[in-house]
Amino acid sequence: MSVRTLEVDGRMITALDGQTIFSAAWESGIHIPRLCHVGGLSSPAACRLCLVEVDGQTKLRASCITEATEGMVVRTATPELQAQRKLIVELLFAERNHVCSVCVINGACELQELAAQLGVDHIRLAPQYPHMTVDVSHERFGVDHNRCILCTRCVRICDEVEGAHTWDVQGRGRNSSVITDLGESWGDSDTCTGCGKCVQVCPTGALFLKGKTVAEMHKDRGFLKYIVTARKEKLWIA
Amino acid sequence: MDSVKRPRLATVWMGGCSGCHMSFLDLDERLLDLAAAVDICYSPIADVKEFPENVDITLIEGAVANEDHLRDIHLIRQRTRVLIAFGDCAVTGNVTAMRNLFSVEDVLNRAYLESAIVAGVPTGNGIIPRLLDRVKRIHDVVPVDYFLPGCPPSADTIWAFVTDLLAGRVPSAEGRKFGA
Repeated sequence: MSVRTLEVDGRMITALDGQTIFSAAWESGIHIPRLCHVGGLSSPAACRLCLVEVDGQTKLRASCITEATEGMVVRTATPELQAQRKLIVELLFAERNHVCSVCVINGACELQELAAQLGVDHIRLAPQYPHMTVDVSHERFGVDHNRCILCTRCVRICDEVEGAHTWDVQGRGRNSSVITDLGESWGDSDTCTGCGKCVQVCPTGALFLKGKTVAEMHKDRGFLKYIVTARKEKLWIA
Repeated sequence: MDSVKRPRLATVWMGGCSGCHMSFLDLDERLLDLAAAVDICYSPIADVKEFPENVDITLIEGAVANEDHLRDIHLIRQRTRVLIAFGDCAVTGNVTAMRNLFSVEDVLNRAYLESAIVAGVPTGNGIIPRLLDRVKRIHDVVPVDYFLPGCPPSADTIWAFVTDLLAGRVPSAEGRKFGA
């Protein structure tokens, strides 16, 4: 397998044939922010947080879907990129009702943590206060649309790993939301296997285990690496 | 009287639970250092009725939730040099603003009729301030100089922020996080 050499934030790093900028940078200890991408699943490049500057290209590139090429010069954390990321995080907070202090995942939320990392200490935009629903019809899990950022991790893991495709997205723009089956409540879903993978990959408190209250939810997606490796290598290792 | 003029510090409690002030009191023995370094000219823990003039630093806990808050916030801004939105309710609206999903009438009915022992929505009669239609964040109403999020911000976060500000440094962003 051939190896590419590229420069990321002034450091020379290597990437395997076909590897993305995001993945190669991550393996070299350069952690580009992201909320939709998860290793082992397909990348919709939806959150736009992993955008990077590439020399010779006028547009910013989503590093989670851009292949690393030989001699590429990439910058991942310029003041302009950080300012854009702050705005994206603020948009996510303003769009729905994220009340960290009373959220099930307070203290272990990827959105909350990213905001702190980026120095988002207030939201410049007007909060929208949309009326969102909470579905707790499933025996073990709940979905709180107030906290959903539409990253579609649940949709992808359900389809690509579990093979159930219970989750999908309905509607357009600000009216879109994740749904189970054709909009039936989760508890009535014929396709849901109850595996709970969606809950574990969800970056926020949108998907949660019932019985958890404020700040009690912690997510663990360590299982995903085992499954992905098992499929590719036929070995049960992470 | 002091020969050296100490900075004048005020703390204000608007639409919040007082948790941020509790965290402020958690400064514990550091309160003695603070009291020596500043003149605490207005606070829920100081018996001063009117917000004074020429305040150097004001920490505001809580969101702008009623007519009194709305009236006071303009006066406070006018009389304060450095205004700080102190805690999540002041910064984001937080729990105080969760009622923005409903009308004021629905909220009052819920609190004073449906789930109340003493039935009857208070009319105010000039003593109790009327709720605003929507809870506002401090920076929705007046310009804010610094934001100190957290529910509440920890005593260490408050201390790092205040000591930096008093020393004339750019305040540390350490510990600034929504919720937690």
